[in-house]
Amino acid sequence: MAGVTLAPGVTLFDLAHGRAPDEPASSKVRWGMLVDLNRCASDCDACVTACDRENGLPSEKTATSAQWIRKVELKDLRGATRSVPVMCQHCADPPCVDVCPTGASFKRADGIVLVDRHTCIGCRYCMMACPYKARSFVHEPVTGQRPEVPRGKGCVESCTLCVHRIDRGGIPACVEACEATGHEAILFGDLNDPHSEIAKRVATYPTTALRADLKLDPGVRYQGL
Amino acid sequence: MSRAAFSRFETRGYWLLVLVGGAVALAGFLAAHAMETEGHVITGMDNQVVWGMPHVFAIFMIVAASGVLNVASVGSVFGHAVYKARAPLSGLLCIALLAGGLFVLMLDLGRPERVVVAATHYNFRSVFAWNVFLYSGMFAIVAVYLWTLMERRLAPWSKPVGIAAFVWRIVLTSGTGSIFAFLVARQAYGTALLIPLFLAMSFAWGLAVFLVVQATMYAWNGLSLPAEAARRMRHLLALFVVTVGFLVAACHLVNGYFAKNLAFERFILVDGGVYPALFWAVYVVAGSVVPLALLWRSGATTRDTVAAALLVIAGAFALLYVFIVGGQAWPLEIFPGYRTSSTFGDGAIAHYAPRGPEILLGFGGLAVAFLVTVVGVRVLRFLPQDDFPVAPSTAPAGR
Repeated sequence: MAGVTLAPGVTLFDLAHGRAPDEPASSKVRWGMLVDLNRCASDCDACVTACDRENGLPSEKTATSAQWIRKVELKDLRGATRSVPVMCQHCADPPCVDVCPTGASFKRADGIVLVDRHTCIGCRYCMMACPYKARSFVHEPVTGQRPEVPRGKGCVESCTLCVHRIDRGGIPACVEACEATGHEAILFGDLNDPHSEIAKRVATYPTTALRADLKLDPGVRYQGL
Repeated sequence: MSRAAFSRFETRGYWLLVLVGGAVALAGFLAAHAMETEGHVITGMDNQVVWGMPHVFAIFMIVAASGVLNVASVGSVFGHAVYKARAPLSGLLCIALLAGGLFVLMLDLGRPERVVVAATHYNFRSVFAWNVFLYSGMFAIVAVYLWTLMERRLAPWSKPVGIAAFVWRIVLTSGTGSIFAFLVARQAYGTALLIPLFLAMSFAWGLAVFLVVQATMYAWNGLSLPAEAARRMRHLLALFVVTVGFLVAACHLVNGYFAKNLAFERFILVDGGVYPALFWAVYVVAGSVVPLALLWRSGATTRDTVAAALLVIAGAFALLYVFIVGGQAWPLEIFPGYRTSSTFGDGAIAHYAPRGPEILLGFGGLAVAFLVTVVGVRVLRFLPQDDFPVAPSTAPAGR
């Protein structure tokens, strides 16, 4: 939900992003995120814990546990370090969707890449194809599921951009948590709307797409990389 | 040995083989059931190495299934009589290996009970979806082909159906190679060279399997292969082994030339521990050089040929393990120029140690192929027919 202050005490709320349950997603919208690495603190993992809590993911991090968002620590040749949140990049041309034999991996009209849990057969070809290692295979029986985020052993899953929140007009849990810490390193919005904050920032500042050489046109961009 | 005694011995031997094959297949099925109920957490696979030992077994069998039909193709399509007599056995082995490969591939799925979904929901941009058609079509075409070979009235159809099977299997193996050729993400894959490589591998591995089975059947029946047939097939296997070696070398040399892939090639070929060891010791030396020495040896015997074929098969498993597991063990390069680390294995070489369930599942697939072969050979006439007049004196006494 976006808010604009017209005058002290008078606030206009933009409810346009919420959709009725029977209203399909629109291709006029392209949801995306801009991660400002100058604001992202190395010792902060609020986005990760918020994602785990929101989506009922295990907090223990092992080679077999699902991780929809992770902090990748970078060290350059001079020894300077960076901390980068990496999640599904919601590509415009997602390789995971191309390779999925049953069509379980799909891209919504508004650019969100999802997995249909009813048709995923657990072949993991999408995990072989994803250049961002953004997908996880559920290796164990799932406990503590959230009603809005169904998960299941034997299926592949990844960041949904908190689609259940977006469809109600909300913002992803990681973005909300980052804002709550005061870092405000992750900006969420409609890349297609030239008046949105994210579109303005992308148009104004140099941003980076991960693995730009592949020309997958990801919906997640990075500033300061 | 009297005819009756030999018959008793043969029947007991047959049932023993069926029992052993059935037990291993059952163990593989139970292993898959455990993976389904407890999850893939009981295997060595994880979110870094997502395809492991089951895929090594499955891809070996699927690639070899296509290649084993080469024997029939040389006979039916190119008209060589020596190979034509072996076409039925070649077709049976194709169906057996394909069944074994698909047994493993399907039971390794995270949701194997949803295999019907794979047959009813298709994404035609996916190579995997094409392969569903290619594999099921292969069963159908080879079944019809076998029918034309065994039913005299349908004999005129054997050549056109044989040509269709030949084309189909070339497309099928191209499809299997394309599973990896179309992967843009990883440095080990994503090259069109993988398609001819897979074709060459299918020829070599399929013929190796055929030679082992053929030699076993001849020995079982107390027959010996005619010298000319043995010589031709020996030299053909050597030619295929050289072709695979050439294409494997081409893949690594081209990949290694690109500076961005140099570190990966060093890992796979030099300092990656188990992967270079398997590549050089098992694939190159034991699986290629030694077989070539055996096959080209003057006065090579059937024993040499079988030893060479078994070594080629061992080399095939090593090469696939390096290709599939090693290709995933090397971390994805998402941030070029940086050293990376995370809780999700970024920047780290993945450790994969196959565990009991996935190894059992792989052997279960081999057992399915073995069972189909043993039962097929027993029930129908698959022993090459042209050779009986050649060496009748070697048949067991009393036959």
